[in-house]
Amino acid sequence: MSAQQANLEKLPTSIKLVLGMGLVALLAFPFVGTPFYTEMVTRMMIMAIFAMSLDLLQGVTGLVSLGHAAYFGLAGYALAFLTPQGEAVSLWWTLPVAVLASGLAALIIGFFVVRTHGIYFIMVTMAFAQMVYYVFFDNRALGGSDGLYVNFKPSAAIFGWVPFDLDSKRTLYYFTLGALLLTYIFLRRLLFSPFGRTLSGIRVNEHRMRAMGYGVFGYKLAAFTVAGALAGLAGYLWGTQTGYINPELMGFHMSAHAIMMVILGGMGNFAGAIVGAFAFEYLLHVFKDLPQVGSVNLGKHWQLWMGLFIVLLVMFAPRGILGLVEKFMTRKGKSDE
Amino acid sequence: MNEVLLTAKNLTKRFGGLAAVDNVSVDLYRNHIHAVIGPNGAGKSTLANLLSGDLPPTSGTVALGNTDITGWTPEKISRQGLGRSYQKTNIFLPFTVWDNVHLAAQSRAPKAHKWLTNASDFIATRARIERAIELSGLQNRVKSIAGTISHGEQRQLEIAMTLATEPQVILLDEPLAGMGAVEAESMVTLLLAIKKDHAILLVEHDMDAVFALADTLTVMVNGQVIASGTPAEIRADAGVQAAYLGEEHV
Repeated sequence: MSAQQANLEKLPTSIKLVLGMGLVALLAFPFVGTPFYTEMVTRMMIMAIFAMSLDLLQGVTGLVSLGHAAYFGLAGYALAFLTPQGEAVSLWWTLPVAVLASGLAALIIGFFVVRTHGIYFIMVTMAFAQMVYYVFFDNRALGGSDGLYVNFKPSAAIFGWVPFDLDSKRTLYYFTLGALLLTYIFLRRLLFSPFGRTLSGIRVNEHRMRAMGYGVFGYKLAAFTVAGALAGLAGYLWGTQTGYINPELMGFHMSAHAIMMVILGGMGNFAGAIVGAFAFEYLLHVFKDLPQVGSVNLGKHWQLWMGLFIVLLVMFAPRGILGLVEKFMTRKGKSDE
Repeated sequence: MNEVLLTAKNLTKRFGGLAAVDNVSVDLYRNHIHAVIGPNGAGKSTLANLLSGDLPPTSGTVALGNTDITGWTPEKISRQGLGRSYQKTNIFLPFTVWDNVHLAAQSRAPKAHKWLTNASDFIATRARIERAIELSGLQNRVKSIAGTISHGEQRQLEIAMTLATEPQVILLDEPLAGMGAVEAESMVTLLLAIKKDHAILLVEHDMDAVFALADTLTVMVNGQVIASGTPAEIRADAGVQAAYLGEEHV
């Protein structure tokens, strides 16, 4: 019910240093990596935004949602609907509209689901996400099982002036990096605000929070809505990058992947979600590329290797990669003294 | 008598056929400790839960000041000015003592919904935390993780958190449970110190503490009040003697 070990919320200097180095690497990457890898890292950053949005629920508030992909996919669909067949649509109004659409869907669904607890919350979030999934899957007008194309990337033009062009892979990379940083800074500030403190109190002991006068329903609903909107930001970027949206983006697997990313990196501080998303996507890449051995295609069974890896990690590093780094760094720091 | 802060009339709580609390009325006054005693299963904690909104009563009414709070949610009752501590320690174990009290104090801040300001920047909240910690005697423990401090200190923390919500009426459910003699003594001193500004309902098993603290005593057995009066009256009551000697079938 309650996490007896506190989250790693305040990041030690060692981890901040590692993150700073990661940021420098991300800033320089498009100049050293091939276009293929630039695209891959862009996708990793999009998934990192998605994972951070889930971490607000899972790591901070203690609400494990198994339907978070619904809000990711909805914003992608919003972009697909808003983009006309023959021309690009403006980034400046479609991005907010898509994010708001996801946020609104999360507000409405959240109104029903945040009343439930524990296993029921998991089941109900999944049920709603499956409903959304099948609404799109079974409806030809909504693209059906084939999904929809986003023929043109959104245009950043303002009255004819074009500050940047998302058709360029490098520009889209930096745009995504900017979105990642803003999301991270926003969520970190939120974490230490009275609102964020309240959410973490709800995770640890909801009963006592109510006894102290907190209307927990409102706080949980607000968190669910914000998380949905930020998942929408990621989904919009996904639609922009791939130019293609299908119901699988809202499916059960996508939601489960996000949960694994957050666990992999370490919950409750958003930095872990970023690390987890990068690690997950990278491992996916590695495992899918495994060779054929005899009659067994190892790469085809990537989910098995991923599952094993996560089981091992949870056994030996329950606080994820970031927790492992912290443990390693503090031990090293002590032995240096 | 002092000003009445809480009035409970004819409270009854049934669980199926069992009346855990049966037609109980209580008045709580400012600067006054009203103790509720009785054997295990007498309905003392259930009574506290009815007053704090943790359980809705089957019948009867509760008024806080002039406001009828019957059937309100715990959070609404808390904001109306009723604070409580729990029999089983109910704190935020992974957080520091300071952060525990901070959450309690923050619930009264008008800006608790702020999203982008650092939570420790609120002066009024800070003052409230410091006062509660000082009163409860936890000054040397502010940075300790609540799960690592001693049982007695955790009970003190319970009180500090209750005080930090600045209630008018305080319900204390066995604040001395599991305490050693020395710890119990300092808790009694603490309760006497906070009595001044509050109306207190004290559910407690420790008879020495009860008779040292209580201005009024109510004795419950099987959900019913069998006696109510000053400590001297209760001590002399034959029915109470019988109940505590175990002649009542529980």
